[in-house]
Amino acid sequence: MSQQPTAPLQLDETASQTGGPFVHIGLAPEQAGFKIFENNFGNVMVDAATPGQRIVLEGTVYDGSGTAMRDVLIEIWQADAQGHYAHPADPAPSTWRGWGRTGADFATGRYRFETIKPGRVPGSDGQLQAPHIAMILFARGINLGLHTRVYFGDEAAANAEDTVLSGIEWQARRSTLVAEREERRGDVVYRFDIHVQGPTPIEETVFFDV
Amino acid sequence: MPAEPHPAAPYAMRDPSLHAPALTPGYKTSLLRSPRNALISVKHGLTEVSAPVFVASELGPKDDDLILNFAHGGLPIGERIVMHGFVRDSFGRPVRNALVEVWQANASGRYRHPKDSYIGALDPNFGGCGRMLTDADGHYRFRTIKPGPYPWRNRINEWRPAHIHYAINGNGWAQRLVTQLYFEGDPLIPSCPILRTVPTEAQIRGLIALQDKGNFVELDARCYRFDIVLRGQRQTWFEGR
Repeated sequence: MSQQPTAPLQLDETASQTGGPFVHIGLAPEQAGFKIFENNFGNVMVDAATPGQRIVLEGTVYDGSGTAMRDVLIEIWQADAQGHYAHPADPAPSTWRGWGRTGADFATGRYRFETIKPGRVPGSDGQLQAPHIAMILFARGINLGLHTRVYFGDEAAANAEDTVLSGIEWQARRSTLVAEREERRGDVVYRFDIHVQGPTPIEETVFFDV
Repeated sequence: MPAEPHPAAPYAMRDPSLHAPALTPGYKTSLLRSPRNALISVKHGLTEVSAPVFVASELGPKDDDLILNFAHGGLPIGERIVMHGFVRDSFGRPVRNALVEVWQANASGRYRHPKDSYIGALDPNFGGCGRMLTDADGHYRFRTIKPGPYPWRNRINEWRPAHIHYAINGNGWAQRLVTQLYFEGDPLIPSCPILRTVPTEAQIRGLIALQDKGNFVELDARCYRFDIVLRGQRQTWFEGR
């Protein structure tokens, strides 16, 4: 018989559960069609005073049948244009929040953030990472929020030396994390579609155990 | 209590055996929404150890009161309850200033959401969402109406136990957690396919709020206690090589 310690050395993390189909009520109530809070968190992360290159980040999240997941809720977290996060772990914390949240559009399945292109931030080894945006997906059918990262198609040199990207063994899968740049009516738009499952192992978006 | 770690220290690795796998066929929707590839592990850098910081002034005075925050000239119908508990990390430290967001069905089991077509009645005085920050002890509290159970399309006569959804934003992106709370004694708990995705009985018990009789509000509301554990930030004892 094994000896049980009298007290746990570490508490177990509370189990994750799906956000369910009505996640908007809690996290984006205006999208659920009602006004309850004075101050709502949303997908427009910039105002006239925010320094940096304005960008639109948009795309569609697909399930394993290729159907758009119109009920998905997405949050993103990023550094400012100088590569600083608005958090005490950063040696020079930004005054710009760098966080946004949105649901996909119920009709089209498209999501959209208005933000800025982030600067480069140090990784675990202190080496600069390529500019990137951390993203997490919650939805019905997703038991544990799916973490991914958005990199930028016009940062080929920085992407090539990024240790997280190059740590993905299957080189062909790395491109699932790279958003391609377009210009549309004067806006810089990065398109980032996500395949939660398949259609082939190579095309499935890379998700991280963070 | 262990000393406070450096704010940029990495978080403890997630233990996957504590969570549902992505593919859980008993919960049918997971079949097409579960990645087939393994997750790629990431060593924590600033991106993973930082997270948005919220301040009290961003929240309204009734944001934590679901009984009053959507009341339009009357009170919502149902059992008045107070929910409270502590948010701690896996090393036992309080998680301070965590944003706790909650959402739920009303007493009829109906959500105020355009995609909810259940026949249960909407309550004109109940919105079904709230939010609050934990205090210096990691404690949160809100007041609400006990949600009702409702049927859903998984199998043809499947019912969700009464539950409240929680989303917690701690101090690091790695701590982000979305979960659901259930109520002690609910006879629908053992057969719920969504709760059954959780792999161990101990982890399921961790999602069940206990009636907290000592904190009932006299002639007003019952009380339930629900504690939450997020991953903890490690001490960096061996930083120098």
